[in-house]
Amino acid sequence: MVDKIAYPVQLLQPDGRRVLRPEYTNLVRDIGPDELRALYEDLVVTRRIDVEATALQRQGELGLWAPMLGQEAAQVGSARALRPDDYAFVSYREHAVAYCRGVDPAEMTRMWRGTAHSGWDPHAVKVTNPAIVVGSQGLHATGYAMGAHLDGAEIATIAYFGDGATSQGDIAEALGFSMSFNAPVVFFCQNNQWAISEPVHLQSPVPIAQRAAGYGMPAVRVDGNDVLAVLAVTRQATQRAREGSGPTFIEAITYRMGPHTTSDDPTRYRSSAETAEWKARDPIDRMHRLLDWEGLLDGAFLTRVRTTADEIAARLRSGAVGAPTPPPLSVFDHVYASEHPLLEEERAEYAAYLAAVTDTEEALS
Amino acid sequence: MAQEFRLPDLGEGLTEAELVSWSVEVGQSVELNQVIAEVETAKALVELPSPYAGVVEELLIPAGATVPVGTPLIRIATDSASDTPPTRTPVLVGYGPEAAAQSRRARPRAAATPEDTAPPEPVRPDASPAARLAARERGIDLTVVPGTGPSGAVTRHDVEEYAGSAAPRVAAGPSERETRTPVRGVRKQTAAAMVRSAFTAPHVTEFVTVDVTRSVELLERLRGRREFEGLSVTPLSIAAKAMIVALREHPDLNASWDEEHQEIVTKHYVDLGIAVATPRGLVVPHVREAQSLSLLELCRAITELTAIARSGKADPAQFTGGTISLTNVGVFGVDTGTPIINPGESAIVCLGSVSQRPWVHEGELAVRWVTTLSVSFDHRVVDGEQGSKFLSSVAAMLHDPVALLAQL
Ligand SMILES: Cc1ncc(C[n+]2csc(CCOP(=O)(O)OP(=O)(O)O)c2C)c(N)n1
Repeated sequence: MVDKIAYPVQLLQPDGRRVLRPEYTNLVRDIGPDELRALYEDLVVTRRIDVEATALQRQGELGLWAPMLGQEAAQVGSARALRPDDYAFVSYREHAVAYCRGVDPAEMTRMWRGTAHSGWDPHAVKVTNPAIVVGSQGLHATGYAMGAHLDGAEIATIAYFGDGATSQGDIAEALGFSMSFNAPVVFFCQNNQWAISEPVHLQSPVPIAQRAAGYGMPAVRVDGNDVLAVLAVTRQATQRAREGSGPTFIEAITYRMGPHTTSDDPTRYRSSAETAEWKARDPIDRMHRLLDWEGLLDGAFLTRVRTTADEIAARLRSGAVGAPTPPPLSVFDHVYASEHPLLEEERAEYAAYLAAVTDTEEALS
Repeated sequence: MAQEFRLPDLGEGLTEAELVSWSVEVGQSVELNQVIAEVETAKALVELPSPYAGVVEELLIPAGATVPVGTPLIRIATDSASDTPPTRTPVLVGYGPEAAAQSRRARPRAAATPEDTAPPEPVRPDASPAARLAARERGIDLTVVPGTGPSGAVTRHDVEEYAGSAAPRVAAGPSERETRTPVRGVRKQTAAAMVRSAFTAPHVTEFVTVDVTRSVELLERLRGRREFEGLSVTPLSIAAKAMIVALREHPDLNASWDEEHQEIVTKHYVDLGIAVATPRGLVVPHVREAQSLSLLELCRAITELTAIARSGKADPAQFTGGTISLTNVGVFGVDTGTPIINPGESAIVCLGSVSQRPWVHEGELAVRWVTTLSVSFDHRVVDGEQGSKFLSSVAAMLHDPVALLAQL
């Protein structure tokens, strides 16, 4: 992997036709008809998860949601390259990664609803809870990878972050440390063209992947809306990590088709022409066309995919709407593993405040 | 059974929203997540998906009303008891389960009287939230308030200014110290055309300042050539040629807006309008089929056309039906301007004065021939991206005419 900066790896064109690039095509040789269909189902289901959660936020059931509409292939392709022991360190947008790692859809929205500190047990599925502090997960992934390296564990970690995060010190430090300690980590940057309202060219005048060169790290750019290409490059990078060859930087070029979060209005800072241009590169349409070319689409299959998506959406909805509201004081329960005097003091103060509020409300009513 | 859907907090602590429009009617059946309304908060315009499947029983607030979070919006009779979510009030996350407490806290507001609220505007001017509030309270349409904030955003101050200036003034009577000139002829036409264009086509103007020393040198050499003798060979000639070439790659600017058919008509020919100041006022004769003319032919056509226009003998047909225009305010020694598009076209390029200025050239301060180009375009037809690319492409060719040559 030397100079793949200029030409992003692509195995599937927007019209669904395959591109032959032997060194990468070989990495996905085992992906036959069943696997292609499974990838397509992942894409459809994860989009459905995203759409359902966005609707739940609009219905007042979630405080916030960060839609990943348009980034399904980047997430599914990379997550499907992982092995069960690999560990994914994610930002707030990796819902498809969570799904592919086996997070229960009923648990996906807990943090966004504010009913739990963390929606799922990270160690059970080897994917962290969403990191809101931009870039922090890069350091967590590096630290975990360094530990794995010291333990002699043959695993990879993967850090997911955005183009904007590459301007954070945390990512710079993670890149530096991982090279110094040969940590088995893959830096997976989803360049979705925007960091809220800042376009990517304000982050870097050169391709984001080029930044890796300054650390001496191999880097590759990939068409992030091409699930096969993403799968291929991530397999290669995780394999390098597992066999002790150190970190790799992947820049997946994709597009955030929705708002930054449900609180954002992207029409204020980007043109409809731009959105239309990326719509033509939709990752699901592309996969649909490939299956069509290769004669793998039939009514029964499409119905099955739709039913699966419907079921998962219903599970997500009932998991969110039915989630019990935790008692207010439980917010102190999981801050530290053991008791802490300052926390005890705060807990007591808050309990007194809650009691006072209840009294006032009763007096008023 | 019937379910009410209350206005949720749509974005991290918002307290109210305007219901811009309903997408469903009473008696209509709706599916889960079907869009029922469009709502505008201080942060965004969003679609509200229905949390229930069933039949719309009642729309509880009218379109145009601004209501606090927690207000019931719609009542839906659900198909069966089984698919209804828990009967509690939908939790407004971030406020705890006490939705009622929330609506108690919200300020009662005058704007909640729906009749006063203007219908939704298709164009949303840039404005600070404070300005929006001020405008809403005074019943002022924000699109007509001139903005002085960053990138022309309307500030609260602008709204107050506007409100003040809109107050009726005592009309000044006629006096000998003034002259009254009846508006007719070219002036009248210009006025009508400019008003029509300025108030139907949303104008955007962009600028670029560029070193055109190489074009100036090229012009020197062209003027010395036999075939160009007697013709006006000026920066305008090269700018015109560069525009025509740039339009091949950016045809969106060579288009017109067809209001009646709701279509954008992209022209595959260029009838280039050249704004000419004449004793009778501004006229814009057109060089027909300019895309097929060589630089020499173009110079000849422009020379002839301006002469005819100035003489007042121009054929009226030459004044109408162009596809794009070019104006040269540089001849008046002016740096640049924000031209108004000719009605029926989508863009106009303005050439500023070409003058010697200090400029960083090859890393050093040097004296170079520099000009500022601008383009105004109709934002219904052209977006910033195409407009900007077009302008920079014209600028690139003026900067280095070899780039122009390469495309001939
Ligand atoms: C340390 C830190 N700074 C700022 C923010 C506010 N913030 C949240 S998301 C975001 C943009 C991140 O953009 P990018 O890394 O490109 O990821 P994307 O949201 O596009 O997936 C910012 C600035 C934050 N959460 N954390």
